[in-house]
Formats: sequence, C-alpha cells, structure tokens
Amino acid sequence: MDSSNSSATPRIIGEALYRTMVRIRAFENAAEAASQGGVSAYGQQAAGSAKVRGPLHLSTGQEAVPAGVCAHLRVSDYLTSTHRGHGHTLAKGADLVRMMCELFGKATGFNGGKGGSMHIADFSVGMLGANGVVAAGLPIAVGAAHAQKVLKKNGDITVCFFGDGAINRGPFLEALNWARVYELPVLFVCEDNRWSATTASGPMTAGEGASARAASMDIAATQVDGNDVFAVHETAARLVHEVRDGGGPRLLHALTYRVKGHVSVDLAAYRDPAELAAAVETDPIARARGHLLSHGATAAALDAIENAARDEVDTALAIADAAPWPDATAAFTDVQTIGAGQWH
Amino acid sequence: MALTKDLSYSEAAVLAVQREMEADARVVVLGEDVGRGGIFGQYKGLQQTFGAERVIDTPISEAAIMGAGVGMALAGLRPVVEMRVVDFALCGMDELVNQAAKNRFMFGGQGRVPLVARMPGGIWDASAAQHSQSLEAWFAHLPGVVVVSPSTPQDNYSLLRAALQCGDPVVYIEHKTLWGLRGEVDEDMAVPLGKARRVREGNAITIVSWSKQVQACTAACDALAAEGIAADLIDLRTLWLWDRETVLASCARTQRLLVVHEAVQVAGFGAEIAATAAEATGCRVARLGAPRIPVGYAPVLEAQSRVGAEAVATAAKKLLG
Repeated sequence: MDSSNSSATPRIIGEALYRTMVRIRAFENAAEAASQGGVSAYGQQAAGSAKVRGPLHLSTGQEAVPAGVCAHLRVSDYLTSTHRGHGHTLAKGADLVRMMCELFGKATGFNGGKGGSMHIADFSVGMLGANGVVAAGLPIAVGAAHAQKVLKKNGDITVCFFGDGAINRGPFLEALNWARVYELPVLFVCEDNRWSATTASGPMTAGEGASARAASMDIAATQVDGNDVFAVHETAARLVHEVRDGGGPRLLHALTYRVKGHVSVDLAAYRDPAELAAAVETDPIARARGHLLSHGATAAALDAIENAARDEVDTALAIADAAPWPDATAAFTDVQTIGAGQWH
Repeated sequence: MALTKDLSYSEAAVLAVQREMEADARVVVLGEDVGRGGIFGQYKGLQQTFGAERVIDTPISEAAIMGAGVGMALAGLRPVVEMRVVDFALCGMDELVNQAAKNRFMFGGQGRVPLVARMPGGIWDASAAQHSQSLEAWFAHLPGVVVVSPSTPQDNYSLLRAALQCGDPVVYIEHKTLWGLRGEVDEDMAVPLGKARRVREGNAITIVSWSKQVQACTAACDALAAEGIAADLIDLRTLWLWDRETVLASCARTQRLLVVHEAVQVAGFGAEIAATAAEATGCRVARLGAPRIPVGYAPVLEAQSRVGAEAVATAAKKLLG
C-alpha cells in the first residue's frame, strides 16, 4: 500500500497535506450530494431540487496533485485551472465558504453567482480561474508567467494545471513551445486521470503523453505517482524551486485516476469496473492516512482533521443555502465599460 | 501646442502605440514579426525604441498569442495583441471569445482584460478567400468587447490610443489596404470610442459606413452632390459601441438610410443599424454589402465582392426614388 519514498516529510507537513486533501474531498462530496440530478445529460434526469445546478466536475481521487503542488506556492504566485478546479482553488488558499456559495449561484460567491463550479476563481489568492474549455488555461498561464518576467516579479511563478485530454489540443503545444522559447517561470502540471470526458485518453493519444511531449520541446518533465501526496510534494518542491530560480519551465506529469464520471451525474458505466476498483485501491487519502499512522501520527489527530473538514463543509452548505441570490441587475454588470447596458 | 503631422495610416498607428508605451510602462506589444515593424509597418521602430522585452516577437501561435495576451492582462500588463490579419485571428478565437470577452463578467468582476487585439480586415488585393474577409459583425455580436474600425490616419492614431486606455478587450480592425493612406494627424486630438464622424453633410439621405468603404461612399456623395442630392455621410468609426445618437438624429431628419459595408451583406452589421433606425425613426432603409460568396482571386472574380462608388450612388438614388 505505502509506496511513498518520502518518509522524510515531517509530520506537521504531512498532516497539512492530509488536511488539504480531506477538505477537497469533503467539499466535493457535499457538492455532489447537492447536485444530484442537476443536469439532464449522460442519461440522467434533471431534478429541479438540486442546489448545485449544471455541470459539476469532481476531482475525487486526484486530491494529492493540487495538495502536493500548491503547498509550495505563495499568494503572489498565479495558478490557472481546468473545468475540474475545486481542488486547485482550495489548495491555493481560497475561501471554502465563498466557493460553496458560488456553486449555489449566490451573490456571496467569488463570482457573485456569475460563474458557478466551472468558472470558480479567487483572484485575491492568485487563482485565475477554472475554465470551461480544455487546454484554455495553458496560454493564459504562459501570458501570466510572461508578465511576471516583464514586470520583474522575481521569484514569482505561475502554475498551470491541465488534464491528459488537453495535450491533444493545439494550445498545449503552442504554450509549451512559447514557455521554453522565453524561459518563462511556469510549472505545467498534467493531472493525468486517464479520461477525456467519457473517452479513455490512451487510445486517443499518440506516444507516451504529456511528459514525452514536453521532453520533445526540451522542457524537463518528471513523472510522479499522483496518488502519493508525499511523492507529489517532494517532486513539486524541486520543480517549483527550479522554476523560481529562473530555470525556465518544468512539467510535472502526475499519474492519477478520475474516480467519478466526467460530471457528477455521469455514472461512468462505460468503464471497466476492474479499472475503477484498482484505482480506488490507491486512493490518495487512504494511502496518506496509512503512511501518517505508520510515521507517528495518531488516529485521533487524523480523525479530528476529517471531522473538522466535515464541519466546515456543513457550515458552508448552510451559509450557501441561506445566502441571497444575485440581483437580476447583476446580469448587466461587469460586461464591459464602453457599450454596456441593456441593449437589445 | 498641437503637433500636426502628415502621416500614413500605418505611421499614425506606430505613433499611437509609441505614445501609449511612453506614457504607461505596462503597455507591451506581442505578435508575429512585430520586431521588424510588423507586416504593414504598423510597429516600425518600436522594438528599437522600447526593446525586445516590450515588443515581443512570437512564434506562429495565434491561440497562444491571444491567450497569453489574456494572461498578461490579468497579471498587470496592457498588451497590444497582433493577429496579422483578421483571417488568422480565427486561430485564436476561443482565446478571444471564451476567454478575453468573458473574463470580466464570468469571474464576477474580479479581473479585467485590457487588451487590444489588432486584426486587419477587408479585401487585400489579389489575396483570395482566406486573406480578404470582413468579419466585424462576428465581434459586434460578442458581449464583452469593443469593436473599432478606423478609416483615416487621424482616427487610427486617436482610436488606437483610446482603445489602449479603455480597460476592456478591444477588437481593433484596421484595413489591409489603407496603410499607405496619408493625412493630417493632430497628436492632441482625442477621439472617444463610440463617437461617429460626419464626412459629408446633407438632408436628402443618410449614408452610414466604416473603414475603407467610407472612401467609396465619399466619392458617391460627391457624385450625388453634382446631381443636387446632398447626402449625410457618417463614418461610424466604432462598431461597438456604435453612435446611435448621431445616426438616428440624421435618419429622423432625412427619413432615408443606406448602410454600406465591405462585408457580406447577409447578416452583416448593416442589418443591425438598418433595423435599429427603422424601429426608432420609421425611416426607409437599404443595405449594400458584398454577395454571400468567398472572395475570388482573379480580378474579375474579386470584383464581384467589391462595392464601388457607383453602386453606392445607384443604391442611394433607388432609395430616394
């Protein structure tokens, strides 16, 4: 079970990583429950009673990647995300309650209810947004990193999360090439969860995937067991340091698995049950718990972390449920300055 | 003291970017071939003046150029994003439509995307179907962006400066064959976005146009004037926000509106103007644009997509008749 090579991770850090993962899992479990039947897609029927409506992309099973990477980031570092961005957002330090409010579409959400789960963002902590378009975050990350270079934000970096599906879109190639040509302070993180929506990525991808494609452009790429939070944390420490140090772009290829379907109402019946069972066996939270217990943590301490996360999420659900809807006039604000207004 | 110079349309653009770069260290330029001055000379000398860090040569990667422009803007820069021609801007369409235009609204006003995307449009002589399009209606249809289409050196100077100061994404459509057009440029003249320019004054008929088609319309107005018909010619300059006040006041007076554009007439932006004017003033309306065909290469084919002064005058007289 415990394949971690990082017994050196101090317990206090280990427990912090555990807390991050557990908070992500608790948040997404609650959001999933609140979204049941929320979308009439993938053969599921919509239910008007869903509190979290529309597509909800869950990162269950992938929590170790944002937890291990974002532990090394500062508020002034930027992060771009995917459509599966709750974990990135929480790990970057965004407020859990405001994120839940956004999922509920409430005025108190990060985006005032204008974005929802797919566009979750907290610019105040450098989280520049989840994105509804696969691979769209890559050029934006390159631009943010280029700005950091031009503005002499020495030491600040941009981290760009993307999935294995994104490497088959042009912007991936364009962004990596650009980052290498200009030696930009960007860490590309491929969360390789093996699925492109409801299609297995492997048969759709030529060659060895993200790290091989990065290597072809002379970007140092490192593969890591993305379900081992300590391995992710240790590898990311080195890569973040190299990028901060002006070493140019790096790519972290984290091998993980998408435990849930593409969206919360996708039961993923198209998958081989054995594949899922094998993945669940390597659940990052269970593995981290086992590792921590064998390295001096107490069950009581870890239980407390889990209970605190559940309490925090329960509170967030209640706050989000009670929060006001945006005023209808908000549909007309922040469109643009010149040419805004109620045009028909 | 006003500094008036005789400049070409491209020199006026260079001067505008230069002035903005001098005034604001956050202004940068990025795109293919910008270091050597851009393919139309519209960045000439800027890299020598401001260095390669602020006038950034890029790979041929339109999606990344536009997307990086969004990231740069979010991270505190004010980028001028060069797309070479509007036909190539299509390779960066997700980055413009789904990213730049949506950012401010979708993220609840957390960030702004102050970028100017320059994408020269219109028929480029003998350049065929993929280098001759006029797609301004696509962008006018897109909430979140400003759309500008200057027709003179003065406007290219003043509107480019206004675009760089506006704080939201601007689709800035210069014309591929106006670069050599010369004219007086007053450096101190500010032209606000959304204000039209009256080119000819008259009470018989309102003619609205923009970009290079203003030239054909001007010639048509002069021909009409020789026949005793005084047309009111309005150069829209900015398509979004377009100057409804000026256009509707003119239409109310003349009760005749002809909208002329180089773009395909079907579902062109002229339809929006004509419908708005008819709804608001009850005036008679007509549109004049290209047929719904790709632009052909051979001169005789290309000519089928061009709308000349004679066609404008004929359409105007038909509307009056």
